[in-house]
Amino acid sequence: MSLLRMEDVSIRFGGLLAVYNVNLSVQPGEIHSLIGPNGAGKSTIFNLITGIYKPSEGHIYFDEKRIEGKKPYHIAALGIARTFQNIHLFNDLTVLDNVLIGAHTSGKWDLTGSLLKFTPWVRSDERKLKFLAMESLEAMELTDKTNELAKNLPYGEQRRLEIARALAVKPKLLLLDEPAAGMNPHEKQVLMEMVKIIRGKGITIFLVEHDMKFVMGISDQIAVLDYGVKIAEGLSEEIRTNPKVIEAYLGKGAVH
Amino acid sequence: MVEMMQNLIDQIDPYTLQILMNIGIAIIMALGLNLITGVTGQLSLGHAAFMSIGAFTSAILSIHYNLPFSLNLLVAGLTAAFIGALIGFPILRLTGDYLAIATLGFAEILKVIFLNLNITNKALGLSVPPPNTDIPMPFVIFFVALVTIIFMSFIHNSRFGRSLMAIREDEIAAEAMGINATRYKLQAFAVGSFLAGVGGGLYAHVIAYINPSDFGFMKSIDILNMVVLGGLGSIPGAILGASVLASAPEFLRFMQQYRMLVYGALLVFLMVFRPNGLLGGVNFTRLVLKIIGKNKPARAAK
Amino acid sequence: MLLQQLINGITLGSTYALIALGYTMVYGIIALINFAHGEIFMAGAFAGLFMVTVLKINIFLSLILSMVFCMIMGVVIERIAYRPLRKSSRLSALISAIGVSIFLSTLALMVFGADAKGFPDNTIPLIQIKLGPAEISSLQLLILGISAFLMMALEFIVRKTKIGKAMRATSQDYHTASLMGVNVNRVISVTFALGSSLAAAGGVLVGILYNSVSFNMGLMAGLKAFAAAVLGGIGSIPGAMFGGIFLGVAEVMGVAAGYSSYRDAIAFAILVLVLLIKPTGLFGQKIQKKV
Ligand SMILES: Nc1ncnc2c1ncn2[C@@H]1O[C@H](COP(=O)(O)OP(=O)(O)OP(=O)(O)O)[C@@H](O)[C@H]1O
Ligand SMILES: [Mg+2]
Repeated sequence: MSLLRMEDVSIRFGGLLAVYNVNLSVQPGEIHSLIGPNGAGKSTIFNLITGIYKPSEGHIYFDEKRIEGKKPYHIAALGIARTFQNIHLFNDLTVLDNVLIGAHTSGKWDLTGSLLKFTPWVRSDERKLKFLAMESLEAMELTDKTNELAKNLPYGEQRRLEIARALAVKPKLLLLDEPAAGMNPHEKQVLMEMVKIIRGKGITIFLVEHDMKFVMGISDQIAVLDYGVKIAEGLSEEIRTNPKVIEAYLGKGAVH
Repeated sequence: MVEMMQNLIDQIDPYTLQILMNIGIAIIMALGLNLITGVTGQLSLGHAAFMSIGAFTSAILSIHYNLPFSLNLLVAGLTAAFIGALIGFPILRLTGDYLAIATLGFAEILKVIFLNLNITNKALGLSVPPPNTDIPMPFVIFFVALVTIIFMSFIHNSRFGRSLMAIREDEIAAEAMGINATRYKLQAFAVGSFLAGVGGGLYAHVIAYINPSDFGFMKSIDILNMVVLGGLGSIPGAILGASVLASAPEFLRFMQQYRMLVYGALLVFLMVFRPNGLLGGVNFTRLVLKIIGKNKPARAAK
Repeated sequence: MLLQQLINGITLGSTYALIALGYTMVYGIIALINFAHGEIFMAGAFAGLFMVTVLKINIFLSLILSMVFCMIMGVVIERIAYRPLRKSSRLSALISAIGVSIFLSTLALMVFGADAKGFPDNTIPLIQIKLGPAEISSLQLLILGISAFLMMALEFIVRKTKIGKAMRATSQDYHTASLMGVNVNRVISVTFALGSSLAAAGGVLVGILYNSVSFNMGLMAGLKAFAAAVLGGIGSIPGAMFGGIFLGVAEVMGVAAGYSSYRDAIAFAILVLVLLIKPTGLFGQKIQKKV
């Protein structure tokens, strides 16, 4: 039984079919990668899954429940967290606040909680969030940066903070949109290990990435998208030698 | 107790006391708007409208029903919050400048409605009887202002407050973290309106005469200036901004008619040289901790 | 009767449209609600009044000189109060604009006093022209004519001239335009100059129409014109023209229907309704944000 399943999903922006009839399923516990040339529709698929866009056609199932068209906050609460290709951190807040916000769905006290700030119930709620937040920061090795403002972190750490924030959501499925973009080879290596550890904790990972070494190094399954259409799917070796894939990349001269 | 307070007040000259009361009310108003605009990032150009709802509700209650003043203020605040939520529900879908314009539009409509209602005595306005309380007014105001400040600082360091800041910083990311932005914006709007309503009730009883025209666009702008001047999103900033702007007209009084001229020029000057407000970019927790010699913010130590 | 109200409404509305154009052009290019724009309208009215009554200049020449005066004023204001803030938050620029607005209206109060002033009776010879059951005055005709002429001139500048093309490019995409070698500073100055001169013309015409010029005439007129700009879809020039005329007609009709005490609320009620139903205005384009 798959954790995430897309059935004949399409989306149209004006005249552009950005994603066309895509069928995809992500099994629990795997690292599933989605690759494809620039503009293929990879980020659009993430936006469809997380409810930022609504598909023009087709259905998306998570845990066998239909989620297409649901609000993003609703989908996050169901257990899907994500990072963004063009970093979307809460820039003027501290690293700790960023992950505490990530832990939002695990807390329950709202406005009244602010009034009852020093009561045991609210404090234990806060402690729980704090614990989750620190745990996520540890996983991404950011504990010594807790009080920095997010915008003051170097680029590679901002990418890691995005992942830490998503981990704090306690997701079943983690969507990573080009997590290694802009990192140096060493940082990429470290990140790869971290992603493996995250998977080791039982979190399923759906990954978009241009760096082939990275993708080939950790993926269980790879799907390839070109002009919004899925052109191949399989294990690393199959993808590497698939003529359609080679054409999609080489045809445009976009080898990575 | 009450006598003690009265004695204390008798020792301060009435003019200073008046300024202090103005500052207290301004702080309540500014902190309410700061929650909406500074913390949640939703620009409102109609805050004075909610002040007028509170002011008229409170005045009418004082005229027709002899409620205890605390209850009177509570009803004034709740009425403003209720109408704030009612208006907020449709318009908080709008973002940025469109929201600002919609709040401005609603405020102008409300003003015109008040100018036409019998219960607000149309364009003549209402004379407000003294409040039904033994506690001297300045103390009531300081107390409410103090409670507001404490409550606001609670909000800033809570799950609720963080959600609001997340919406301000990046609404898309906030929703991706499970935050229902519309709901939180509405709550922030309601709390801000509640404070405006309470502030309006206090104002009505201090000034003893209110007119719908007192709560026009320029009043909303005055409150916004307090928040922006001090530094958006900062509680000490809003307090400073409110104190400076609520007392500035008095200090500038010697300039008489040049007063507003200087005020206008000062706003431009301040924005050009400190676009993030007087206290913008100053982190108070850190500043205080630096002064007392600790490096780790209190929150990390909990 | 209806025709008469329509004529009155369109006349009033065309002055709103003249002011609205300045809002819409500035917003289209630097995304600033220029709150001082209403005060430029007021300054234009006073400049015209001063030239007609004190310098005894012919009204048409006064109108042109007043437009030139406000043109300079608009450019100077942008230089002093907005340009240094171009990289700061939008709110800072908005507050700065409000500061300018307070400054200018207080200055006018000090220089010209609190009472409304009127143009001399013979500024424009009044002739009533029969139009079926309705009447149109020479003044109304003149206002309509001048407004139409100015709007066509603006349309020509924006569509056909080099600077107009640069303006359109900048309002499409500020950064790309500057990368493509458009002198963005110059475009912004020209935008302020054009917008301010139209507001000045609006000021002089309204001053004559109501025979009243006062230091606080800018606030309400500015807010309503802004409502007109939003109604038509902010950033859209035909939208501003339509919005202005629509609000003018609605307001006159509302007053004729007996809601004169709600006069100032009519424009805002329409504004709020439009925002709720179609937030980008009647002529604005919907842009879906890319993530
Ligand atoms: N909101 C939108 N409105 C219009 N077009 C869009 C929108 N979002 C995406 N597109 C278009 O859809 C196509 C796919 O975009 P998408 O961002 O999904 O590509 P991608 O595979 O993530 O590419 P990259 O590797 O560059 O990130 C592009 O042509 C893009 O311009
Ligand atoms: Mg992408």
